[in-house]
Amino acid sequence: MDLSHILNSKKIKLSFFLAVLSVLFVGKAFAVQGNPGQEKAGDKKEAFDPSVAILEHIADSHYWHLWGETAIPLPVILYTNKGFETFSSANFGHGNEAYKGKYYTYALEKDKVKAVDPSGKVDEAASKKVYDFSITKNVVALWIACVLLLVLFFAVASSYKKRVGKAPKGFQSFIEPVIVFVRDDIARPNIGYKYERFMPLLLTIFFFILINNLIGLVPFFPGGANVTGNIAVTFVLAIITMIVVNVNGNKYYWKHIFAPDVPFWLYPIMWPVELVGILSRPFALMIRLFANITAGHIIVLSLISLIFVFKSIAVAPVSIAFVVFMDVLELLVALLQAFVFTLLTALFIGTATEEHHH
Amino acid sequence: MELVTPEIGLVFWTTISFLILFFLLAKFAWRPIMGAIDVRERSIEDALLKAEAAKEEMTRLTNENEALLKQARAERDLILKEAKQVKDQIIGEAKAAAQTEGNKIIEKAKIEINSQKAIAMADVKNQIATLSVDIAEKILRKQFEDKHKQDELVADLLKEVKLN
Repeated sequence: MDLSHILNSKKIKLSFFLAVLSVLFVGKAFAVQGNPGQEKAGDKKEAFDPSVAILEHIADSHYWHLWGETAIPLPVILYTNKGFETFSSANFGHGNEAYKGKYYTYALEKDKVKAVDPSGKVDEAASKKVYDFSITKNVVALWIACVLLLVLFFAVASSYKKRVGKAPKGFQSFIEPVIVFVRDDIARPNIGYKYERFMPLLLTIFFFILINNLIGLVPFFPGGANVTGNIAVTFVLAIITMIVVNVNGNKYYWKHIFAPDVPFWLYPIMWPVELVGILSRPFALMIRLFANITAGHIIVLSLISLIFVFKSIAVAPVSIAFVVFMDVLELLVALLQAFVFTLLTALFIGTATEEHHH
Repeated sequence: MELVTPEIGLVFWTTISFLILFFLLAKFAWRPIMGAIDVRERSIEDALLKAEAAKEEMTRLTNENEALLKQARAERDLILKEAKQVKDQIIGEAKAAAQTEGNKIIEKAKIEINSQKAIAMADVKNQIATLSVDIAEKILRKQFEDKHKQDELVADLLKEVKLN
């Protein structure tokens, strides 16, 4: 399954461009120049398909593309049914060549490693046995963010140790209100007096999401990756939240799920409902963060794509004006989504650890 | 669907990275930072409470001082009042004593004067008596120098004495 099918379908494409159109108020110029469907039918080399370009940009990759044809090749780590394989993605050329490894021959198809047969055709059966643990662009971006977080907060921690009992200074004074905000406005009101136990997790989640959101807004190295807009990352964060919430659930929480205050013959109905509740909360967390960040990236990339769709530098000022506007909005979204994710995590922990009063 | 299918590789690396990040930050960043913030907040609160207490102490001391001052003033007034009373009393007593003493002296003087007067009067009486006797003797002597006069007198006297 490929989402590009959806974006490629004429209806979606049309409504997508109508949306952009209504924003830009350049209907006439659009009608004359920009019908992507027609363009695609024309010269193949000249054709620019924004949906492909956009999906390529928000997806993970085995290369870190810098400019033009220059890209940093990243290590490929594969776990196959026969054992591990590691090699550089430079072996794929620019994704056009096949590489013969120890166990299978591999090639990139839409930036995914697939096992291919000698003729160069994708071997689906063999591909299913190959698990890709590569250090991809998102993994590297994730590590850059982690290192940045560690450096920043170790520095802040050391300045706290140096200036015991004194007023914060420098970067410390920039971070402290944020930490105090997470404590006083997220953890305390939602979790109650037991908040201290969960502060490390909430702070880590908040700053991890925030810094990845912010780095994701930078269009060039070391930014450019779409970490928090990748469902795998939000999936992990949501799973961690779910585990923490359920591990810390007290007897009232479990009683509410397995023995709620309803007639006992309703239990068979209540159990699945409550079970869905347990799963739907982290699921919503996962989708919310992923969708918000991905949507922002798609809008920015669409606005940039307009220049290539119209094939006119004259569109650039309009595009750039809107991209700047969107980027500012995305700054807000970056902060807001970090806040919302942390807030909801605190809220779920709060409901799971709440002492019951009747 | 590729976009919404979590890839195993990224899930794996994210999990490991996030957990390592979490433990490192929790141990070396959040704990000291939260601790330091807590300590500082507590010290600020402490300082504020202490300031409040000091203020209260000050008010208390001021009040105490004022009360002491008031008491001292009252005491002073009382002492002054008492002193005045004592003074008045002493003066009164002295006056009374002087009066009685004076009266006594006057009384004595009066008695003395009277007694002296009486003595003097008695003396004067005596002298007058002697003088009058002397004068009378001298007059009588002069009167009765001739015999005729003596006879006249006897005659007069005899006239006066009516024989009943």
